[in-house]
Amino acid sequence: MKRAGPMPPAARAIVNGDRRVLARVISQVENGDPAAAPVTRVLYPRTGNKPVVGVTGPLGVGKSSLINQLVARLRELDRTVAVVAVDPSSPYSGGSVLGDRIRFDRRADDAGVFFRSMASRGEVGGVAAATREVTRLLDAAGFDVILVETVGSGQVDLAVRDVATTSVVVLVPHLGDEVQTLKAGLFEIADVFCVNKADLPGADVARRDLVELVALGSDRSGWRPKIVSTSTTQPSGIEDLWSAIAAHEEFLDRSGARRADERRRVSSEVVELVREKVGRELAGRLEREPALRHWVDQVVERTLDPHTVADRLAKTIGRR
Amino acid sequence: MPRNTKVSPRRVLIAKPGLDGHDRGAKVVARALRDAGFEVIYAGLRQTPEEIVRAALEEDVDLIGLSILSGAHMALFPKVLALLKKEKAADIPVFAGGIIPDEDARRLKKAGIRAIFGPGTSLEEIVSTAQRLARSAA
Ligand code: B12
Ligand SMILES: Nc1nc2c(ncn2[C@@H]2O[C@H](COP(=O)(O)OP(=O)(O)O)[C@@H](O)[C@H]2O)c(=O)[nH]1
Ligand SMILES: [Mg+2]
Repeated sequence: MKRAGPMPPAARAIVNGDRRVLARVISQVENGDPAAAPVTRVLYPRTGNKPVVGVTGPLGVGKSSLINQLVARLRELDRTVAVVAVDPSSPYSGGSVLGDRIRFDRRADDAGVFFRSMASRGEVGGVAAATREVTRLLDAAGFDVILVETVGSGQVDLAVRDVATTSVVVLVPHLGDEVQTLKAGLFEIADVFCVNKADLPGADVARRDLVELVALGSDRSGWRPKIVSTSTTQPSGIEDLWSAIAAHEEFLDRSGARRADERRRVSSEVVELVREKVGRELAGRLEREPALRHWVDQVVERTLDPHTVADRLAKTIGRR
Repeated sequence: MPRNTKVSPRRVLIAKPGLDGHDRGAKVVARALRDAGFEVIYAGLRQTPEEIVRAALEEDVDLIGLSILSGAHMALFPKVLALLKKEKAADIPVFAGGIIPDEDARRLKKAGIRAIFGPGTSLEEIVSTAQRLARSAA
């Protein structure tokens, strides 16, 4: 790969473990600040070899609690961990309350852990647009494992597949109807199913339902989703959960699926970036199009219809 | 709307240092700031000053809000300020609220807490102060 040029000081600082610079560049990425571009560009070749584990599922199933315990487990195994927790932005104010940190145990003096909350800033699909770039920064910063918690929107967050190498779908007992509605999306994304709150009644039934569901599905490129039961309040199953994730990561390497998956993710990221750039460019041209106001007036007057005007505008601004 | 044409949201950490379990005020303030367009990292109860400062740095916040109703403010607020200084992060402004006698409030402001609000303060006043204090994007 072509060398990406001399290393800007911020990039060097991130690689050398400077957490403040890392935190600052993450903000720049979130804000679409052009200052981040030379940093992410030069770090890009160093990224792509770490497990990025997406944890998704409805609100309140225990995603944050599980991530907290996965972090503890990984620290036992002497692996460093970074967490990105995405919560929804309010469509009204653009603000948000990011509360996933509440479940995170106190590790004020452990440099092997990094936790960052992130607002979705208008993205649907459960993952903020900047999340993928942020996971790469954490990768370049040297963390061994990156965990991503996505907005628990009730719907399974399909976009997690554009970020994660392994996706964990978390469910709880008595989510019967929800499982039915999630079904269509489930096999698209789940590499591991986690039945959390196994301390509650009904956990066995939930697990059995899932086993049936998984048996019905066709295995996606040679991987059949694993099912684990966990409880974070009466701690159990966390080792199993990590083992299932690790088994999938191993499968990715063994089967060659890692490269194919990465190809799919990169392709969807590039398409998304182009869409954003072109959209912005076109919106700018549209605003400067002198005929726009006139045609809009005619649509209001009912002398033209919206489709005709859209066709005309698409032609004129496309030509420039 | 494309991301970088609008103003980027300011980030604020709302934290409760010490053993104080009164969290209504902190939650009310968090919600008001969200409704004003802030991204509020709510860190929850019973944080040590070390945890608060670490969260502030990792989350790259533009403002820190501390809430104490238990009376421990004279010990805990200056500790947070001192740790920020030690981390070369004294540029992050800190404001606070809760049950804080006037005399204490005066001394804490001298020590570097930028604003202090007691019971009954209007949320408008808190929000406009936050907007004034929060660091702007570099
Ligand atoms: C409700 C309440 C409780 C509830 C708390 C529920 C909860 N989850 O929050 C319960 C019943 C659990 C409780 C328990 C106790 N309480 Co009590 N409680 C109160 C009470 C009546 C109201 C507090 C409240 O919620 N106000 C409503 C919120 C919205 O107002 P606020 O917190 O003041 O917040 C406003 C401002 O202060 C400011 N603000 C607050 N935080 C922040 C942060 C920032 C960044 C900013 C900018 C602004 C800001 O903005 C808010 C909006 O204006 C107060 C008395 C009072 N009038 O304040 C006593 C009071 C706080 N409690 C007191 C005591 C002693 C206790 C107990 C120790 C009682 C006991 N002996 O068991 C326990 C301890 C609990 C614990 N674990 O810490 C004392 C504290 C005395 C002191 N500081 O010296 C008080 C003052 C009563 C009194 N006059 O003696 N309490
Ligand atoms: N009974 C039980 N409750 C749990 C378990 N895991 C999490 N919870 C509770 O479920 C609630 C939501 O947890 P949280 O981790 O915030 O869920 P998230 O919204 O999916 O991130 C909290 O009250 C947790 O204490 C579990 O294994 N068993
Ligand atoms: Mg959560």
